[in-house]
Amino acid sequence: MSLLTLENLSRSFGGLRAVDGLSFAVEPGQVLGLVGPNGSGKTTALNLITGNLRADSGRVIFAGRDIARSAPHSIARAGIARTFQLVRVMASMSIAENVAVGAIFGAAPCAPAEAMRRAPALLARIGLEGRGAEPAGKLTYIDQKRLELARALAAQPRLLLLDEWLAGLNPTELEEGIALIRSIAADGVTIIMVEHVMSAIRALCGRIVVMNAGQRIAEGTPDAALSDPAVIAAYLGDDDA
Amino acid sequence: MNSPIFLAAVAAIAGAFALVQPHLGPFWQSLLINILMYTALATAWALFSGPTRYVSLATAAFFGLGAYTMAFLGEAMPLPMVYLSAAVIGAVVAAIVGLSTLRLSGVYFVIFTFGLAELIRQLVTWAEAKFGGTVGRFVFVPVSPTDIYFMLIAACVAVFALGWWVQRSRLGWALRAIGEDETVARHAGIDVTRAKVLLFSLSASVMSVVGCIMAPRWTYIDATIAFNPIISFQVLIMALLGGAARLYGPVLGVVPLAILFELLQANFPNHFSILLGAVFLAVVYLVPRGVAGLLEKRR
Amino acid sequence: MFIVDVVLSGLVLGGIYALIAMGLTLQYGVARIMNLAYGEFTIAACFAAYVLFTVSGVNPIIALAVAMPASFVINWLVYAIFMTPLVKRAPDAGALEVDSILATFGLLFVVQGVLLVIFGGTYFSYSYLAVPVQILGSAVALNRLLAAGIALAIALALYLLLMKTRMGTAVRAVAVNPASARLVGIDTARYAAFAFALGGALVAASGVLVSMFFTFNASMGVVFTMKALIIVIMGGVGNVLGALAAGLILGLAEALSAGFLDSGLTMAVNFALFLAILLWRPAGLFGKRAR
Repeated sequence: MSLLTLENLSRSFGGLRAVDGLSFAVEPGQVLGLVGPNGSGKTTALNLITGNLRADSGRVIFAGRDIARSAPHSIARAGIARTFQLVRVMASMSIAENVAVGAIFGAAPCAPAEAMRRAPALLARIGLEGRGAEPAGKLTYIDQKRLELARALAAQPRLLLLDEWLAGLNPTELEEGIALIRSIAADGVTIIMVEHVMSAIRALCGRIVVMNAGQRIAEGTPDAALSDPAVIAAYLGDDDA
Repeated sequence: MNSPIFLAAVAAIAGAFALVQPHLGPFWQSLLINILMYTALATAWALFSGPTRYVSLATAAFFGLGAYTMAFLGEAMPLPMVYLSAAVIGAVVAAIVGLSTLRLSGVYFVIFTFGLAELIRQLVTWAEAKFGGTVGRFVFVPVSPTDIYFMLIAACVAVFALGWWVQRSRLGWALRAIGEDETVARHAGIDVTRAKVLLFSLSASVMSVVGCIMAPRWTYIDATIAFNPIISFQVLIMALLGGAARLYGPVLGVVPLAILFELLQANFPNHFSILLGAVFLAVVYLVPRGVAGLLEKRR
Repeated sequence: MFIVDVVLSGLVLGGIYALIAMGLTLQYGVARIMNLAYGEFTIAACFAAYVLFTVSGVNPIIALAVAMPASFVINWLVYAIFMTPLVKRAPDAGALEVDSILATFGLLFVVQGVLLVIFGGTYFSYSYLAVPVQILGSAVALNRLLAAGIALAIALALYLLLMKTRMGTAVRAVAVNPASARLVGIDTARYAAFAFALGGALVAASGVLVSMFFTFNASMGVVFTMKALIIVIMGGVGNVLGALAAGLILGLAEALSAGFLDSGLTMAVNFALFLAILLWRPAGLFGKRAR
């Protein structure tokens, strides 16, 4: 059974159909890439899955349950964690406390003291070893992205949604980032990643879904889907709907 | 401030208040009762408004509900039950207000709380006239000023213990996260509305119990006395001056302002409201650092 | 003809409420100042009209011509002296909202205190044109009718000012998006001050009109502030026509509840409407859904 299934999901803003009858499924353990030109509705799709936006119609089935009308917090508790396209850390809390918040309220909730004990191991994993006491707001942009991922992992999610998490990394950081995502997937976490860095998509994703104007226009292995004529047209922009 | 020192300090100060009581004349006892009452109220106020940055203007509403609980039930049931009832009534009314406004932007909450004391005052006045045929009621319960003094010490200790416990609990963590970034908090699995409503109810039930404790001081209460908006106002200034971000912040504002207001009330009874407003404006404009804890991030 | 009585008195009351709320929607919607002392200014205008009428024999219609410009200037000064520092120090709209709530809460007690010192806590009223007029077989006091008529005329004038003039367009632009308004060369700070002062002129007008038929005292401001806030939210913040419609609805609701329930419950009716709006349409009757 698929871990997550989107069925005919739609959401409009005024006259704009940001997500328009979108359907796809993710199997457990898969790393799915969600790609498409800017404004094609990828982030809106993530916001619909996590309950940040409410769908006008359609269903989101996660682990056998329709969560399309659920509140963000109950979706998070059901086992979906996310990072944000524009980094969001809790700036005046310490780095370790940021991670602890993920553990305290996530899919496997634990007591605050226990969460603080678990934080250092997670920080080590994402490359912020020994910096737990510093305020999160002082971190560089890239390190804040790392912290967001640690917070998401602390929740022990079954499904992890990454919204352009690799954007803005230099080549070395990109290598490390890809290795990190691969190791998370190896732990059995299913991942949906919205991404523009095609080399990373090719390296990580067995399957991708390509979106344009709110709709799925292609699906398959990265190589097959990206060479689809509809995809090429969408990226070149002569298919403006 | 770390926990053992904080708890020891609370216990020591409470002990000192208890020890000096036999040596107090009526004037000093009355001043200290005022300070204790405002300490409990302002700390309870900051308990909710500090971390969430929602400005509540409804202190008088909950205080008055507590006072009226004593007036209605004081002779009908044992005193401990009366205080318990006050706590429950305050919490229930706060939950209703919270559930209808705390899902929305902060300004709706402010507006609702701004009118709440007036709403309840009018409802009580209406109900008393319609069903009781009275304007006010006498509070005849065997509670002396000294009893009130000691109960207020207990209330202060309780509110500090509550605040200390909340800070370390999941609820406290949830509220800190909400204060930092509500969207992140939501997606981390925090039921934001539930956390806010819970804490608002806790804070309101403390205020109601304080009102219930204070009611016998007046012997006669009517809705205008019990739901006096000045109470909301004073609590707000004290907490803002002291700083609402820390548990011990509000006390720092309570002590100087309670004494100042006592002096103003005694010397300029007719101009009290003007002076109060002026002091408040001075706090807002000249001590933004005191206000800063609350306003740092906005709500 | 009881129902005609009720509806008529509701509409008359609603016309006045609409005017009160329009001033606030200008202050909050355009100048972004959540003015909790708003009702105090209404009451102050009531007292001004009372003094002019009883002491100098000036009739309230002429009092309007004095009170509106005076209040315009006073509110301009209030904005310049009290609000400008807050606008300057606020990092964003949310911080300004909290700051203005606190500052005007202080102002509320100052204004109320001044009124209490001068007039005490007792109720005041005066008798002007208190003669019944027959409409559809129902008797309405001429002063109420006149007050509502003037209120609607002022509301209409304001609407035309906002919709038909260059200045009005600028004011609306600032209400919708201050940052973009600045980009197209609108001096937002000046228009914010202007909107706040104009709101002040309207509050004075409504106070004078209210005083023609209403019994008031120095500590009633909060009731008017609440009504105005509820109407503004019902009509949508910054929406002048919305305020007009919502004001009429509130007036009708109050008249109906006073007629069929009990006049002691008007505040409860206000809150019930407010709650209904919060639960049903938080962005106002005419607003879009928020999420």
